[in-house]
Amino acid sequence: MTTASPSPETTGHGVAVVFEDMHRWYGPVHALQGLSIDIAPGELVALLGPSGCGKTTALRALGGLDVVDQGRILVGGKDITNLPANKRNMGIVFQAYSLFPNMTALDNVAYGLRLRGMDASTRKKKAQDTLDLVGLGDQARKYPHQMSGGQQQRVALARALAIEPSVLLLDEPLSALDAKVRRQLREEIRRIQIMVGITTLFVTHDQEEALAMGDRVGVMSAGRLEQIAAPAELYDRPKTRFVAEFVGLTNRIPGVAGNGAVEVLGARVPLLPGGADRGRVGALVRPENIQLKPAETGSAHVLAVSFLGSLCRAQVALSDQTIVVAQMGAAESVGLYPGAKVDVGVMPAPVFAVAD
Amino acid sequence: MTTPQGPIGAAAAEGGALLARPPANSRKLRRPLGQRIARTLVLVIVLGYLIVPLYGMVEFSTRGDYGSRSLASYAAIFSYPDMITGITNSLEIAVLTVVGMLVLLVPTMVWTVVRVPRMRRVVEFLCLLPLAIPAIVLVVGIAPLYQWMGQHLGAVGASPLTLTLIDIILVLPYSYRAIDSSLRSIDTATLSDAARSLGASWPRTILQVIVPNIRGGILSASVLTIALVLGEYTISSLLSFNTLQVVIFLLGKRDPYVSVAVSFSALLFGFVLLFVISRFAPGAASRAGRAVEEPS
Ligand SMILES: Nc1ncnc2c1ncn2[C@@H]1O[C@H](COP(=O)(O)OP(=O)(O)O)[C@@H](O)[C@H]1O
Ligand SMILES: [Mg+2]
Repeated sequence: MTTASPSPETTGHGVAVVFEDMHRWYGPVHALQGLSIDIAPGELVALLGPSGCGKTTALRALGGLDVVDQGRILVGGKDITNLPANKRNMGIVFQAYSLFPNMTALDNVAYGLRLRGMDASTRKKKAQDTLDLVGLGDQARKYPHQMSGGQQQRVALARALAIEPSVLLLDEPLSALDAKVRRQLREEIRRIQIMVGITTLFVTHDQEEALAMGDRVGVMSAGRLEQIAAPAELYDRPKTRFVAEFVGLTNRIPGVAGNGAVEVLGARVPLLPGGADRGRVGALVRPENIQLKPAETGSAHVLAVSFLGSLCRAQVALSDQTIVVAQMGAAESVGLYPGAKVDVGVMPAPVFAVAD
Repeated sequence: MTTPQGPIGAAAAEGGALLARPPANSRKLRRPLGQRIARTLVLVIVLGYLIVPLYGMVEFSTRGDYGSRSLASYAAIFSYPDMITGITNSLEIAVLTVVGMLVLLVPTMVWTVVRVPRMRRVVEFLCLLPLAIPAIVLVVGIAPLYQWMGQHLGAVGASPLTLTLIDIILVLPYSYRAIDSSLRSIDTATLSDAARSLGASWPRTILQVIVPNIRGGILSASVLTIALVLGEYTISSLLSFNTLQVVIFLLGKRDPYVSVAVSFSALLFGFVLLFVISRFAPGAASRAGRAVEEPS
């Protein structure tokens, strides 16, 4: 596995987590098919994959909420595979709202401390501090139904952190929230995670979220880990076809491969290992690696242009009617409008190729 | 409104009113006379059906000498030792049945929802089964067991309190429904997962996290159980135990006034209980599903 070690400030007092060849069957469904992952102390690993690929199963196995049929789970070097959930000391934030409806925010956060036998005044103080940490110090007396979804998930985060867990597990905690709150909260979760220095497994099907939050992102498909790498590496150097196609936008452009490179749109571009490498192939080219030059003699023409703030995205039809998407800075989009004729070029960044 | 079926058109079609009224009270005012009469009639019939027998009971049980009214029959309840025994037995059985039912059902149902959801249907089927079994069949089947208990377990085995065992089975369908609906109104599985991950054992999870959030269901299940046990006649009679209804029946032959007085008191007790739950049970519906605006 390629690893990018977590940046120094994240290696606080976290513990290492190891998944070793985990298997899980639900009847005939083989939900985990030999999943292995190493998570470094204090690291945030985002597990990314389409719905149903086994992310939740893996997370629940780590939390002790579900068993594995084969394989081991090590936390801080200790085998915890058979430890019940209530002995694992892990903080979990769930996808569904999970606050206890009969308790105030403060009591929710204090509940884990109460179970640890902490006396009333100490645990109240600690719960209040943790609520302050997630920015909800003033909502302590509210009941869950009096809070918004975003606030409830913050309290859930505080509740998970209050017990000073060895590992923090987040199972799509933001998926029920609207886009703006989701973005705010994910940055805040990341900030708090780095501050506390806790080893974290974050499960999501949203690649933007995974790439934004993870020290490393593990891409899962059909119960297996496809690749785990730092976000930039995953994006620039996908190792499998699945990762290349799943992460980020790509254009699939016909080309001819050979000798570790591919001829595509008249340019010769190096090939990444792991994909098709000879004959007619489809080169997976990122939109930002496609260059458009307005030209009267251009063989391609622009279909549509959309502005995304500082970026601009254009859809272009090639002479063979292949449609490609190009992305550039807004300043470079001068002369691009629907119907404009353009020359299309490809930058020499390495690409992944798939059999045509 | 651009369509012809605007508020005025709709009102005209429904009630013949040509003026558009504020929507808040227009529904009530628009009801045609015929419908109103029909509704009142139905209400009167239903209430009459319920109230006339009750009125009859009160009238009968409060008859005094020479056409006067007196509560003598009610006071006399306590002069029949059998009656006291019957009431005590039934109340004790009711309490034991409530406890037994809760201890049996709550953990089983929570466990089913959280750990083996695919068994939910099976548990439901088992719990509803007693509805399909006539009491007489149940008694014939279980009588040898009671005979054996009476002979081999001494005073405990011969006690009317052993009816608890059979009553728990009888109340299962009703209790199951009540508890099931409140378990469905919360996300039981996620709440248990959360409690477990915070370090709670199963007993704690059920007692501290699940039970407080299904209080309504537990309360209704308990009241239904009490009502059923206090009203149960067939089985105790066939097994020859002196419970409330059995004693009422026997006494009815000797002193019908007291017998009716007891029946009415038992009904009243049931109503009070029902009132108490409808009044104090926390409404699960009032908590769930209320959206709070996301602060920006
Ligand atoms: N309790 C369960 N019973 C049966 N099948 C399950 C259960 N939990 C998960 N699965 C199946 O296992 C696979 C992986 O599920 P899950 O881990 O929830 O996926 P993800 O979280 O990635 O969407 C799916 O095919 C799902 O249907
Ligand atoms: Mg999931």
